Amino acid sequence: MKFGVIVFPGSNCDHDAYHVISKHVGQPVDFIWHRQTDLSTYDAVIIPGGFSYGDYLRAGALARFSPVMNSVKKFAQSGRLVLGICNGFQILCEAGLLPGALIRNSGLHFICEHITVRVEASDTPFTNELQRGRVLRIPIAHAEGNYICDDLTLAELKRDNRIVFRYCDSEGAITNASNPNGSRDNIAGICNRERNVLGLMPHPERACEDLLGSSDGRDIFRSLAATVAAAAA
Amino acid sequence: MKAKVYVTLKPGVLDPQGKAIQHSVELLGFERVADVRQGKYFEIALEDNVAAEEAHNAVTRMAAEVLSNPIIEDYRVEFEA
Repeated sequence: MKFGVIVFPGSNCDHDAYHVISKHVGQPVDFIWHRQTDLSTYDAVIIPGGFSYGDYLRAGALARFSPVMNSVKKFAQSGRLVLGICNGFQILCEAGLLPGALIRNSGLHFICEHITVRVEASDTPFTNELQRGRVLRIPIAHAEGNYICDDLTLAELKRDNRIVFRYCDSEGAITNASNPNGSRDNIAGICNRERNVLGLMPHPERACEDLLGSSDGRDIFRSLAATVAAAAA
Repeated sequence: MKAKVYVTLKPGVLDPQGKAIQHSVELLGFERVADVRQGKYFEIALEDNVAAEEAHNAVTRMAAEVLSNPIIEDYRVEFEA
């Protein structure tokens, strides 16, 4: 089982993701520079958070044109797992691997705080070790996390149970007050139709150690590892 | 040849920056501003020997595929000799 963490100019959560895979998942992991195009040795890749290309033009817009992204598309099409966190989610939307877009937070501010999300779908490779309805305490850190999509896309996401995480209060209730950024339907994370590509704004890699305030994020990586292990068996 | 590309948010897409700008111009004393929408403007200079049709096709593709995100934005292309 081998993981890769893609590094763009301006990625800054790459080391956190690497640390979690090597220390908490206990599996081999490489950094993959964005000019690399051979992903054949990997089972799963993580597109980490940060400010790829300085967020120039739109968050994630320029990273989409990095050479590695064509390979990520093929990688995803082959059924292997792609996890986009924060800027990684923005990149996946810009690249068309996930529907919708992430625009400026409704309150304009960059928000950096622990929030709670509810697991809406446990039938994904990233959440199969989690109970549906479970509330996770995970930090967010973004200025453009306001998820937007058209009515048709939203209906499709709901119909296919592709909304994986929604912002909620500490009791798990989906409320306006618990929506930090104005995201449509409190959406914090979605997956593609084939369920092997997940994007989410919260940072589970920053919530893997109690010392850092929460270890709720670990189960997402545990799910990912268990899926890859099961596929290899 | 120079192309000008205007990228604007689609109607209905929330523009909190526009709202904040509107608030600021109101503080400046302009109280009859109905709405402010923020957009982006690009100047793209093409080499002199690019034919008009080729230039039009190229810049339109740039606007559609890079400069704007079709989910949230519209674009308009103008040319200047």
